[in-house]
Amino acid sequence: MRHMAGIVSYGSYVPYRRLKRAAISQVLGIPAGKGEKAVASFDEDSVSMAVEALRDALKSKPKGNVEALFFATTTPPYAEKLAAAIVGAATRLPSEIRAADLTGSVRAGLSGILQAADAVAGGASQAAVAIADSRLAAPEGKIEQQSGDGAAAFVFGNERVIAEIVGSSSLTREYLDTWRGPGEQFAHVWEERFALTQTLSPLLGQAIKSVLTRAKVQPADLAKIVLDGSNPRAAEEILRGLKIDPAKAADTFALTIGQTGAAHAALMLTSVLPASKPGDLILVATVADGADAILFRVTPAAASFKPVHSTGRLVESKGDVAYGTYLKWREILPTEPPRRPDPDRPAGPPMLRSEKWKFGFIGSKCTECGTPQLPPQRVCVHCRAFDKMEPYEFADRNARIATYAIDRLAYSLNPPTINVVIDFEGGGRFLCEMTDCEPDKVAIGDEVEMTFRRLFTAGGVRNYFWKARPKR
Amino acid sequence: MASRGIKDRVAIVGMGCTKFGEHWDKGAEDLLCEAAYDAYASAGLQPEDVDAYWLGTMGSGISGLTLSEPLKIQYKPVTRVENMCATGSEALRQAAYAVASGAFDIAMAIGVEKLKDSGYSGLVGNVPPNDGTEGNMTAPASFSLLAPAYFKKYGLDPDKGKDVLSRIAWKNHRNGARNPKAQFQKEVPLEQIKNSPKIADPLGIMDCSGVSDGSAAAIVVRAEDAHKYNKHPIYLKALSFCAGPAEGPLATDYDFTTFREVVATAKDAYSQAGITNPREQISMAEVHDCFTPTELVLYEDLGFSRRGTAWQDVLDGFFDLEGTLPVNPDGGLKSFGHPIGASGLRMMYEMWLQMRGEAGPRQIKNPKVGLTHNLGGAPGRCVSFVSVVGAQLG
Repeated sequence: MRHMAGIVSYGSYVPYRRLKRAAISQVLGIPAGKGEKAVASFDEDSVSMAVEALRDALKSKPKGNVEALFFATTTPPYAEKLAAAIVGAATRLPSEIRAADLTGSVRAGLSGILQAADAVAGGASQAAVAIADSRLAAPEGKIEQQSGDGAAAFVFGNERVIAEIVGSSSLTREYLDTWRGPGEQFAHVWEERFALTQTLSPLLGQAIKSVLTRAKVQPADLAKIVLDGSNPRAAEEILRGLKIDPAKAADTFALTIGQTGAAHAALMLTSVLPASKPGDLILVATVADGADAILFRVTPAAASFKPVHSTGRLVESKGDVAYGTYLKWREILPTEPPRRPDPDRPAGPPMLRSEKWKFGFIGSKCTECGTPQLPPQRVCVHCRAFDKMEPYEFADRNARIATYAIDRLAYSLNPPTINVVIDFEGGGRFLCEMTDCEPDKVAIGDEVEMTFRRLFTAGGVRNYFWKARPKR
Repeated sequence: MASRGIKDRVAIVGMGCTKFGEHWDKGAEDLLCEAAYDAYASAGLQPEDVDAYWLGTMGSGISGLTLSEPLKIQYKPVTRVENMCATGSEALRQAAYAVASGAFDIAMAIGVEKLKDSGYSGLVGNVPPNDGTEGNMTAPASFSLLAPAYFKKYGLDPDKGKDVLSRIAWKNHRNGARNPKAQFQKEVPLEQIKNSPKIADPLGIMDCSGVSDGSAAAIVVRAEDAHKYNKHPIYLKALSFCAGPAEGPLATDYDFTTFREVVATAKDAYSQAGITNPREQISMAEVHDCFTPTELVLYEDLGFSRRGTAWQDVLDGFFDLEGTLPVNPDGGLKSFGHPIGASGLRMMYEMWLQMRGEAGPRQIKNPKVGLTHNLGGAPGRCVSFVSVVGAQLG
């Protein structure tokens, strides 16, 4: 059976670290609210988190070629340089692909979903969208307290669809609510009452009414509503206005993750999909410089879909970070530079030569003796056959720690640096950094999985590569 | 195809060595001059008598000009060599082969490093442009990989393991306290070593060699000419060097409790020198104690201890100055610091002093056969050098 364009797979990512709001209170001496927020670690950013979410989505997707890739964020790593290209390389998508970065407002996330759906409607076999955000916020502000970091990714297609798009409505309006100039660290936000009465709430309400009317769906028919109102009070007002049972509203993760910018509506959607039943209508809407509302209908195929890491599991998999450490990670708090030279900027030609290795984590396997090895070799480390290698993917294989080192001397925004020698299931050894882990918890024999991270930034170049992390 | 060696064909007839330490008032050129003139005097030679030079330095200069310019060497070959932390030994190996070949009569090997001028702590590498995927491990972290692997393999409780490592540092400082050329000339109490601030767990700062400036030099001639220059030359019995295939980070059968490169060079050197039982036949050794677990593993790789038993030998005092096989009688890298290009020749300088009975308060009684071992890189990915030297021919 052929469905309309819809979601055929999805994945999500919530960083491991949590900042307790009480920890902000304690340092700044102001009320900062309850609960905690998820924060990207010192080695993560919007690109690395998007990669993590998209890896899961691609792992679970049905057969088909991904012919378009969209990366959506308000925090792209470069003002000029296509971040979607990094995401594509790290997820080993083919180079014959249409790709674009969508940014400018938190509405970029749903724009990305619509673009992917349109690409499939326009003839692409499959289209992927990865949405992530790690918004910087000034200490003492509400954004710092309310925001969090995270990512979600979807693959759209028209076969084995698990949630089809019934309809959508988009509005675009020019008004002043949230803005950040080039080079500015933190966003400015206009006064709240103006937003609630004149912009956020009315636009969100209008977009939702429009899509429901066109689809001839009553608010009461909705099984779930995923509302990202930018301002939590805007979302509350909409629910009241539409007389929707608040129990049908998806968890906004206010107490566990925080508002994840462009990724938020998408991340919330990934959390409601696993429990949804065939026929369920799910409305997803977000507002910023206008509004987007998308109505999904869950199909019978959804019952057999299981995400690699469920959003709920990622919410539970966590470790605290101190507020001072977080401020260092974000370079909001300047620190004494180490008595070591700055790292060299990675160089263009070697990076191009090793693209499949550096980004895709593709090593080699000897066709003579079958030994997997990484990085890829010309001469086999085991039988020394020359140029008898074939590509061998390591990114999705788990490994165990053979030995480790806790480096307290190396410069890091998060000392000490933990290095591990790991042996992959099925063969292959690698020495790399280990992240999202406490130094006293490392032990020989522990199981780890690979994660795409930013090692450092030098000369304006974000140096992305892979690290190990405890299995989540 | 064979590694035949040049046993007893080349002798050292003069050596020089600066004090190692923080030489704020001296540059690499000063250190080179001092070590070279010390060596000329030791051999009773004039600068113009030396036919060719091999200069070892990792980063204190490039090309032979680094040496020929300060010494005003008169239009003679000077070859700059680099082989990481084994650079000094490599210079000696090249110079020895040059005189053994008959190409030159007298050659000098000299090593230097000036580390204290960079303003950085620790060593600073010179890395070619790259794809940014190489790790950023410091040297102590790289070598600390040995400790948990060794402890786990031989069932050593980590606390007991730490005692063993501390005992190695304690021994080397105790020897260094008897050496006027060492950077650190003080004994350090065991407890202070054990409780020193952590650098790369379980290694504390006192498990690491220091950072210092220094230079050392050796003059080599064919053995048959040795007595023309010195009544008490020492003879090269074996020189072995290898650069490994760097399998450690690649191959799962490497377990981080050995340096395969050291095993290979020890085997080769013992074969060249005719050593069949190193534990009994070697009178003393200078080994590359960059970090305490390195020295622990070296005892086994060099065949001084059986696998899994070196830690027991350490606790028994087997390698102490008064022990059966004194290791690092001069105090080692631990007491001298590690000016890269100079360390291998500094080790040989201790052989020179001990075999000539000039080692003062740390003199070992009548040492006949000595070994120096020098390595560079990291466990599983390194270069290694082993020499065997003797006070007598045969």
